[in-house]
Amino acid sequence: MNKIVEKEQLNNNVVKLVIHAPRIARKRKAGHFVIVKINKKGERIPLTIADADAAKGTITLVIQKVGVTSHKLSLMEEGDSLADVVGPLGHATEIYKAGTVLCAGGGVGVAPLLPIARAFKKAGNRVLSVIAARNRDLIILEDEMRECSDELIIMTDDGSYGKQGLVTHGMEEILDMVKVNLAVTIGPAIMMKFASMTTKKYNVPTIASLNTIMVDGTGMCGACRVSVDGKTRFVCVDGPEFDAHKIDYDEMIMRLGAYEDMEREAYEKYLETVSK
Amino acid sequence: METISDILKSERQQAWRDELRKSMKAKERTSIPRVKMPEQDPHVRNKNHSEVNLGLTDEMAIKEAQRCLDCVDPTCITGCPVGINIPKFIKRIEQGEFLESAKTLKETNALPAVCGRVCPQEVQCEANCFYVQKLKKDPVAIGFLERFAADYERNSGNISVPGVDNKNGIKVAVIGSGPAGLAVAGDMIKWGYDVTVFEALHEIGGVLKYGIPEFRLPNEIVDVEIDNLKQMGVKFETNFIVGTTATVDDLRKEGFEAFFVGSGAGLPKFMNIPGENYRRIFSSNEYLTRVNLMNAANPDYDTPVFSGKNVAVIGGGNTAMDSVRTSKRLGADRSMIIYRRSIEEMPARVEEVKHAQEEGVEFMNLNSPVEYFADEKGNVNKMLVQKMELGEPDSSGRRRPVPLEGSEYEVKVDTVVVAIGVSPNPLIPASMPELEVTDWGTIKVDKDTMQSSVEGIFAGGDIVRGGATVILAMGDGRKAAKGMHEYLKSKVGKK
Ligand SMILES: Cc1cc2nc3c(=O)[nH]c(=O)nc-3n(C[C@H](O)[C@H](O)[C@H](O)COP(=O)(O)OP(=O)(O)OC[C@H]3O[C@@H](n4cnc5c(N)ncnc54)[C@H](O)[C@@H]3O)c2cc1C
Ligand code: SF4
Ligand code: FES
Repeated sequence: MNKIVEKEQLNNNVVKLVIHAPRIARKRKAGHFVIVKINKKGERIPLTIADADAAKGTITLVIQKVGVTSHKLSLMEEGDSLADVVGPLGHATEIYKAGTVLCAGGGVGVAPLLPIARAFKKAGNRVLSVIAARNRDLIILEDEMRECSDELIIMTDDGSYGKQGLVTHGMEEILDMVKVNLAVTIGPAIMMKFASMTTKKYNVPTIASLNTIMVDGTGMCGACRVSVDGKTRFVCVDGPEFDAHKIDYDEMIMRLGAYEDMEREAYEKYLETVSK
Repeated sequence: METISDILKSERQQAWRDELRKSMKAKERTSIPRVKMPEQDPHVRNKNHSEVNLGLTDEMAIKEAQRCLDCVDPTCITGCPVGINIPKFIKRIEQGEFLESAKTLKETNALPAVCGRVCPQEVQCEANCFYVQKLKKDPVAIGFLERFAADYERNSGNISVPGVDNKNGIKVAVIGSGPAGLAVAGDMIKWGYDVTVFEALHEIGGVLKYGIPEFRLPNEIVDVEIDNLKQMGVKFETNFIVGTTATVDDLRKEGFEAFFVGSGAGLPKFMNIPGENYRRIFSSNEYLTRVNLMNAANPDYDTPVFSGKNVAVIGGGNTAMDSVRTSKRLGADRSMIIYRRSIEEMPARVEEVKHAQEEGVEFMNLNSPVEYFADEKGNVNKMLVQKMELGEPDSSGRRRPVPLEGSEYEVKVDTVVVAIGVSPNPLIPASMPELEVTDWGTIKVDKDTMQSSVEGIFAGGDIVRGGATVILAMGDGRKAAKGMHEYLKSKVGKK
């Protein structure tokens, strides 16, 4: 169960793992995520399902090295197995014919964005995408995104690839030119905050997919709570997608950092052990 | 037809019982003081996670068993939700036949080692004991004795694995592996069914594992019971959420003919007061899950937990007591219970309140939080608390707490645990619109068969009752198993 059947290094910090999980592969839709636990002593972390193949019984996860667990995941090899994978979790993205859909992804957020862009394309929408990262090396899944987009703009902070600037610059370029009916944004919380401020200016309905701290992923603990429209919601069971214009991003960013000191310390300790 | 009370009477008339009764005068029995449970020293135990109660010795158990008068009309049984034959199991202890005693317990209760530890005996069997009712004395320590017999059996290595009927090949699914689900699985496997238990988490046991801490119910005890079920042939599938990993319809297509939903009341409630989403304000479920299920207090495990110095736990139930006592064990200097009613009205087991007091927990009763404040990083650093007074009784018969205007004051905190209750897990109802639920989200069932509004789907435990108790969940499970058995028999008959 949960055997890694394929591994690909997308860049220095990001790996793609294809995992045997037939039941999840059969049931998952764009927008769903899983909770993964590497081994007996591991923690439970949420990862969006970037792709799946029901016939082969596999799901694809894209992981960026940011802490102990993601680092350990990135070191796993084909043939290794994950102790626990559970899902699909959360509500799937509501896919319909909206007209023109703007898909804006930042960093590793492009991975969960990909199946959503594909699904909107398949539903007959015109899909215009912007993917952004700090530099050329951190741009992932470019070919795949290009394939399902009518137009793709790439932005890098340092201008090492595509155009120089933030994701919001690329979005404005599109919003200035065409009438967009729906926007989808996934990426770091701060990026989603600015992306949704941008679409708000243009009055474009927008959904954001949130990746908060989680423990169980089944609504049991409330670790994942966010405020949406002034109400507390649980990302794992009420989300992960919400009306981007109603999310309290500042609170979300604050909560995301809840364990930052402990995590940093644990990560530094761990890095010492792997570098030895 | 022979009634239960006839059976109890005829068993009471057996020679060995008669002899035992005659072996000691009632006067002598009633003059024995109630046994004291040996415990770890409060100031040692509040720094470790080992079990607080150490268990009775053989001699203590026999002596306590001698107190029981083997009443003609054993009122204690009426207080037990599953109707354990209490005098019989106690008299087996008095006789020194501890394994027989355990067998008696298992006739009606699949998890006696668990129930002996966590049941609120003071409002169930022990409240109805002759000693309390008529003699105004401390009741027979039924819970301690139950635990004693079950532990004796487990430690003897002679656990009786119940016999199993011939396999009938009929597949049944149990959703959720808490006490309700385990009870259903135990009965259905005995009757020859092919039983699979589906559990959303990576561990089996429900609240027994993720909620109730090690110092009150060691995991090992739950695991032994689960192993027994495995030996009897029950299959367990962890990491499997019925409703999403596969729906009930999918499972029907895979050949499952009946279902039991025991998915619990896992959703934490918050108070919705300002500042409640600051960092280091947790639901009790999050706090306890990190420590119990994920082993966060052990540095070898990856899951972190924040263990503050000034911890406030909001609530007065078992969950609140478990959280506050956990915080002591994680190194808090000051652990406080903040509860809006008085101490007498706290729903927690009396023993837990006593243990918490001994361990140095501060009880701030008739107090309720109104707002939280945080530092620039968003870490909670103080809370505003309002005093309450008791007014008129409410629908629950308890006096309603009324806020005292102008009584607000500040309390310095660095961790807050909100333990004000849970609501039913909506995963199953959400995936099955045809399943009728109440306004509170609990599943509606027939109270005799435990069948829901959908044929072949039964339910019990917290998903039906809202937050209740282990023994009520197990009682539901056994009733539902019977209902399911009848249902399947008639279905096969029709085929
Ligand atoms: C901290 C705490 C302390 C307590 N202390 C006591 C005590 O001292 N005495 C007492 O009698 N009671 C106590 N209780 C209450 C008692 O634990 C519960 O009443 C009892 O566990 C309910 O049993 P259950 O089988 O209905 O559900 P649970 O034990 O809640 O089990 C439900 C299980 O179902 C799983 N599940 C949910 N949805 C799905 C799905 N769709 N698919 C698969 N699996 C699913 C959940 O993950 C969970 O494991 C306590 C509760 C808590 C939280
Ligand atoms: S009521 Fe008390 S004394 Fe009487 S049989 Fe029950 S436990 Fe024994
Ligand atoms: S992760 Fe626990 S409730 Fe969402």
